Amino acid sequence: MAQGVWTIAEQRNGEFRKITYEMISEGKRLADALGQELTVLLLGSNIKDKAADLGQYGADKVLVADDARLEPYTTDAYVSVIAELTKANEPAILLIGGSVQGKDLAGRLAARLDVGMAQDCTELLIEGGNLVAIRPIYAGKLYAKVTYENSFPQMATARPNVMAMNEPDSSKSAEVADASFTLDDGMLKTKVVNVDKDTSGKVDLTEADKIVSGGRGMKGADEFKILEDLADVIGASVGASRSAVDAGWREHTDQVGQTGKVVSPSLYIACGISGAIQHLAGMSTSKVIVAINKDEDAPIFQKADYGVVADLFDVVPALTEELKKIV
Amino acid sequence: MNIIVCLKQVPDTEAQIKIAGDAKSIVTDDIKWVMNPYDEFGVEEALKTKEKFGGEVTVIGLGPKRVTETIRTALAMGADKGILICDDAADGSDSIAVAKALAAAIKGMEYDLIFTGQRGVDDDLGVVGASVAEFLDIPQLSLIEDVEFAEDGKSVKVKRPVEGEVLTIESSLPVLITTQKGLNEPRYASLPGIMKAKKKPLDQKTLSDLGLDASDFGEGARKLKIVELLSPPARSAGKIIEGESPQEKAAELARLLHEEAKLL
Repeated sequence: MAQGVWTIAEQRNGEFRKITYEMISEGKRLADALGQELTVLLLGSNIKDKAADLGQYGADKVLVADDARLEPYTTDAYVSVIAELTKANEPAILLIGGSVQGKDLAGRLAARLDVGMAQDCTELLIEGGNLVAIRPIYAGKLYAKVTYENSFPQMATARPNVMAMNEPDSSKSAEVADASFTLDDGMLKTKVVNVDKDTSGKVDLTEADKIVSGGRGMKGADEFKILEDLADVIGASVGASRSAVDAGWREHTDQVGQTGKVVSPSLYIACGISGAIQHLAGMSTSKVIVAINKDEDAPIFQKADYGVVADLFDVVPALTEELKKIV
Repeated sequence: MNIIVCLKQVPDTEAQIKIAGDAKSIVTDDIKWVMNPYDEFGVEEALKTKEKFGGEVTVIGLGPKRVTETIRTALAMGADKGILICDDAADGSDSIAVAKALAAAIKGMEYDLIFTGQRGVDDDLGVVGASVAEFLDIPQLSLIEDVEFAEDGKSVKVKRPVEGEVLTIESSLPVLITTQKGLNEPRYASLPGIMKAKKKPLDQKTLSDLGLDASDFGEGARKLKIVELLSPPARSAGKIIEGESPQEKAAELARLLHEEAKLL
């Protein structure tokens, strides 16, 4: 019988990403609700010395798959190893962080294991010994409560920035074991040949704690400078609405909304964004929303915790100056 | 190069989505159905690739009869032929089942490349592309913003943005690529294109035509069951900041973010 909760650690060049701690924290809550153990799978190259510390966030066991071909991440290699370990150990629940990498992995792994998979969940519960997941659909216009039928492990990814992270307890350490697996070179059909790092120092929108976003009201690409200035002062990333991206003022990777990124920051400041439904869908899980717009009838004000009805070109620079005094 | 593009028909992104009486599905009465926006990038990239290397572009969709319109749209953009998997038994299937049907239709065809959108903007699962690749035993490259083929057309190099990095990944063909915004600017169907599309082949297939067992499909075969659909947590309008001037309003907003919301 399937037993235990598993989660996958996400690391780059030996550094754990924040989502790893979020998933261990959430995985531990699920494991406790079942009265079972949380096992973390750690894949990478020369990575074993990092494993025991994952106990600080709640891992009971860490199973390490160490192989040069597991660094950097490729779908082929990860899916092959994790599918083999999952079949051999039969965990009840497999939880993966809903990062770009995690979603790629989860989609293919679900097909390999032929199980149901709930992507990008915002809430996970145990009911009657089974996983129940709540996930936004239509980019958050609705939520679906889902469960599993004849499908083990019960698989889910969780949206970054949503699951509460445990305070690390430095007195705790996880039991570490080597995973036994085979990796056949014939299965590895893709290869990462270059990694281009973003040197701007900005956090990706999907992981950002604060976002300053601009829409049609920005009037042009150069005008985003005032949002960049505000963002620099408060340590935010800069986003954009679809109209700003379609106008060519910002890169497509900056787009927030149903056909762009879905974000969950603690603070979202919308400047000159009217609040089209497809935009609102992409940012409605933000904890605090601020809207700055000169049109008092703009729909964004219906969703905003704080609204400022005024010309953003007056308000934003003034806000930047005020916040310099505070932060 | 022979290219396949998988298409999904979804509600327009401007549509209000309402929960139906069964609490498990949506009200479809007033919905305008469109091609999944991410699939448009797949059709465009397929057409650009064909223009460079020659070959044929086949588009394939699954769903009720109305999906024909989406397939015709792709044919009008320039795709050569279409396949619609249309079978009442497939209604309510989950993503893995949909992928099995698509893979079964593709299996007998000659292809070098498959495009799917990175996700449908309805279910937001992003599982179909990866699953089609799995069932065809070919590699996948997901969330791709740039595709470049080797001169001989035998391998491909793509750019994949992940948080804070852009990866360049190389793969042999055949491969399945899931598309995202930024890959290209999808063309509009021209009037002559729309006229031509009416004469292009569009085959309709049932599950049994594809050698599939209907009992593996539909609501009853779902591995991921919908318990219920819920409205998003209500967000009500908050405070409108008062002040004589934009500067006063800015100062008050800064104070509230600091003292009340305690975010800064």
